[in-house]
Amino acid sequence: MFRRKDVLGLRDWSKEEIALVLDTAAAMKDILGRDLKKVPALRGRSVATLFYEPSTRTRASFELAAKYMSADTVSLNASASSIAKGESLLDTIWTIEAMGVDVVVLRHPVPGTSLQIAEHTRMHVVNAGDGAHEHPTQALLDMYTVRERLGRVEGLTLAIVGDISHSRVARSNIWGWQKMGAKVRVVGPPTMIPVDIDKAGVQVYWDIEEGLRGADVIMGLRIQLEREARGFFPSFAEYTSFYGLTRERIRSINPGALILHPGPVNRGVEITDEVLSSANAAVNEQVTNGVAVRMALLYLLLGGGQGDGFAS
Amino acid sequence: MELSVRARILDGREMGWALARMAQEIVERNQGAENVAMIGIRTRGAPLAWRLARLVSALTGQEVPVGMLDITLYRDDLSALGPAPIVHRTEVPFEVNQKRVILVDDVLYTGRTVRSALDAVMDLGRPAIIQLAVLIDRGHRELPIQADYVGKYVPTSLQEVVAVNLQEIDGSDEVLILRKQMQGGGQTV
Repeated sequence: MFRRKDVLGLRDWSKEEIALVLDTAAAMKDILGRDLKKVPALRGRSVATLFYEPSTRTRASFELAAKYMSADTVSLNASASSIAKGESLLDTIWTIEAMGVDVVVLRHPVPGTSLQIAEHTRMHVVNAGDGAHEHPTQALLDMYTVRERLGRVEGLTLAIVGDISHSRVARSNIWGWQKMGAKVRVVGPPTMIPVDIDKAGVQVYWDIEEGLRGADVIMGLRIQLEREARGFFPSFAEYTSFYGLTRERIRSINPGALILHPGPVNRGVEITDEVLSSANAAVNEQVTNGVAVRMALLYLLLGGGQGDGFAS
Repeated sequence: MELSVRARILDGREMGWALARMAQEIVERNQGAENVAMIGIRTRGAPLAWRLARLVSALTGQEVPVGMLDITLYRDDLSALGPAPIVHRTEVPFEVNQKRVILVDDVLYTGRTVRSALDAVMDLGRPAIIQLAVLIDRGHRELPIQADYVGKYVPTSLQEVVAVNLQEIDGSDEVLILRKQMQGGGQTV
């Protein structure tokens, strides 16, 4: 049963809720493989995407997911709307609500924004990333991709490599994977790993060889370009030499691991072209699966996934 | 909802006879099994589709492909507030284009499930023809939809539920008519 009004983060989700989303996404993935990629399930419903940060894949993914389910969509850019005139976030939310929107997909640079907004609107709120806090739909699509490729998430070991401190993707994945019975490691320079993260039940590795050895899944994180200037690491070249996911490194340490990356990719910095185009990598599948997972979430949020229906 | 058994209208042996007769009718109407494919509407239409396919194959010596359809995303009541079913996968491992598709379900009632199934099949391709086979037709149609092959017509009241139990899902083959119990205060629940 899926009874949530909003999708804000995976920290308080149960294993059963995550499994329901992944199971539902499998049915949605079939639709994406058809010539006619559209079902009437959400006809008459509307979805707004409201992004206060740049985005290509997440935004397009949500909008296509809504369209494939026959929902109507409206896309709002903070820079090209009344927000630029000084309208508060809450006023913007209430304006969208007054227009009859059912679901608002929100990306905002401030952690906790979605949670705050959800308490003040009847709309379903989906967190598409709130600062360095959470990005729940990314973690769900990552788990779906792994389950599709490897058959399960439970019992696997995930190694997340890179800037853990500033990564909402890492946080959502840590909580989600642990809920599903997987082990999570974080790998990166000490300047990029939160001090208390071991209290969240993850193993911390500063040495990439140790961190990658034995992992079933390796997830590279995007190195945010402004981090170099702020002194988290000396140079991109040095980061790549110590923590980059290179073909040689993967081959020598863990040639069988599945490679994920949430995108966008800084090619040649955190991951090389050869690794991205190798059979180990599932980066393009992640993008496809993102649409399926978001179709599933929209369906579940708007009343699906409960009961068995009726004989008719 | 409290339910009590009012009658058993088919046992396992009778269900077998009904399906065998339906298979015979399918072969007669389609002049064999050339291009015939079965698509069962989940949940209980799926095992019935497999059984009919095996019976038709036995009669004709021709392989009959079988698919399974989940019509949840095509229901006409999803936009209404309230719970909607869990979505299961649609598995149709063959091209429906130019096929003689036989939709299979356990009970034909309002016709809304069949309408949804027609939409779902049309989205998969363009069959040459679509026919409908149901084990039970209980009446009370809300749409102009009729079955081509019926195992048994069972007149029912709206206070009754037709329960089809199948070996593959429920552990036994039988069809029961259940009556909704009246609770205190005369309310039907």
